[in-house]
Amino acid sequence: MLTLECPYCGVQADETELSPGGEAHLKRFGPGSDIDDFEGYLFMRENPKGVHFERWRHAYGCGKWFLAARDTATLEVFGTYPAQTTEPPQALREAISAKRPGWRWRDFA
Amino acid sequence: MKHYSVFAVAREALRQHTGWDRAWAKAEPKKKYDVIIVGAGGHGLATAYYLGKNHGIRNVAILEKGWLGGGNTGRNTTIIRSNYLQDPSAAIYEKSRSLYETLSQDLNYNIMFSPRGVMMLAQTQHEIRGYQRTAHANGLQGVETAFIGPDKVKELCPIINISGPRYPVLGALWQPRGGTARHDAVAWGYARACSAMGMDIIQQCEVTGIRRDAGKVVGVDTTKGPIDCDKLALVTAGHIGVMANMAGFRLPVESLALQALVSEPIKPVMDVVVMANTVHGYMSQSDKGEMVIGGGTDGFNNYTQRGSFHHIEETVRALVETFPMISRLKMLRQWGGIVDMTGDRSPILSKTPVEGIFVNCGWGTGGFKAIPGSGWAMAELMAKGASPLTEEFSMWRFREGKFIDESVAAGVAH
Repeated sequence: MLTLECPYCGVQADETELSPGGEAHLKRFGPGSDIDDFEGYLFMRENPKGVHFERWRHAYGCGKWFLAARDTATLEVFGTYPAQTTEPPQALREAISAKRPGWRWRDFA
Repeated sequence: MKHYSVFAVAREALRQHTGWDRAWAKAEPKKKYDVIIVGAGGHGLATAYYLGKNHGIRNVAILEKGWLGGGNTGRNTTIIRSNYLQDPSAAIYEKSRSLYETLSQDLNYNIMFSPRGVMMLAQTQHEIRGYQRTAHANGLQGVETAFIGPDKVKELCPIINISGPRYPVLGALWQPRGGTARHDAVAWGYARACSAMGMDIIQQCEVTGIRRDAGKVVGVDTTKGPIDCDKLALVTAGHIGVMANMAGFRLPVESLALQALVSEPIKPVMDVVVMANTVHGYMSQSDKGEMVIGGGTDGFNNYTQRGSFHHIEETVRALVETFPMISRLKMLRQWGGIVDMTGDRSPILSKTPVEGIFVNCGWGTGGFKAIPGSGWAMAELMAKGASPLTEEFSMWRFREGKFIDESVAAGVAH
């Protein structure tokens, strides 16, 4: 079973305690934006086999949204961090690089 | 290819079964093919078969990373139905169901199609209205379905508890011509027929790159060396995102794990397929006597062909309420497959931004039933450049807002 540590309340939360919220760090494109950007924001997804960043909610705990870095090919969890950020923290990126040299996800590496 | 028949069985019985050939030939890649299909599952093999049979294109290779039919083709719950709400879906799924009816004869391979009937239970007032609407839509589409009451449900499937405390059975959408088939045999039958037409089925050959020149595909790199081609079909289900990445375009698809399980074999207790979408579970009995059970997908991206245990628990809990007699059954095996989910839960059969590359993906949780129709339509699209069956399933329908929204219509058990 997938276990993620909630970065707010510090609980090691089981999957049954959490709600998955899809891909992280999506940049919102609203009305009036370019059709390619709008389509990309609404529908296109990274769907990588490997390092992935996701939104999760500690639904049956503190109720807060947070972000997690996982490997979709092995289910290994690299870490979690608060949702109030536009990119993964440097320490986490370095921790991922130590385990998955040369990883790349959108513009992050 | 030797013809399979009762006489062949009798002849071989008299000589200790020494005369059977391999069903399909082992092949090594040639330098160039007219068409390369990536993925030797049901959809890929069916595409190859109809390219050869309907369009005379036989210089075809089917590349498979693992073994033939070892992905979702061998991991589903083998349900065949076509009771969809939207017209484009009904057209392709009904084409598929009708092809299944004569597939054993067409392929000279017994796929054990069993049109035992599929029942989708209505367990809330909303579902009653939804399924009545679907039954009317199916009537206009030429798909034979009917909305039946709880008494008829009980008559067709006596082991159902129709007066369940939380979700009583209020009726069902009944498709008498739906049913099941032997999933491996579908892949094996198509493979045998493709091989007989001279196509190369190359297993344990992983595609590692897609070579392009001026926006047009020229070939693929594989673990068995580079192979050239004029046209390329990507039919890799859960791994379609990986292929699209190699080809340099994006798809509106996410890969999730979907699980199924079977019980120990018991004597025949149900001769229909029952789907209970409100409580997230569906069940049928295989010819061996195992109860074949499926449920919902996980909520997060996953490529491991393993799912989360709590989904199994939820599925079984729901089915025990609907079928109290299964509460003492032991479960034998559980497995997962990686399904490719699109935003509107409908497939993508389409050209792509790269000339010569075609995709057939997004079948999500309901691909097995569509294998013959998908292959038929995809072959037409690749041979002629257009097909009436694939017109609405373009990968650009999302940006145009032309969804084929079956996520509401089909619920969980798609």
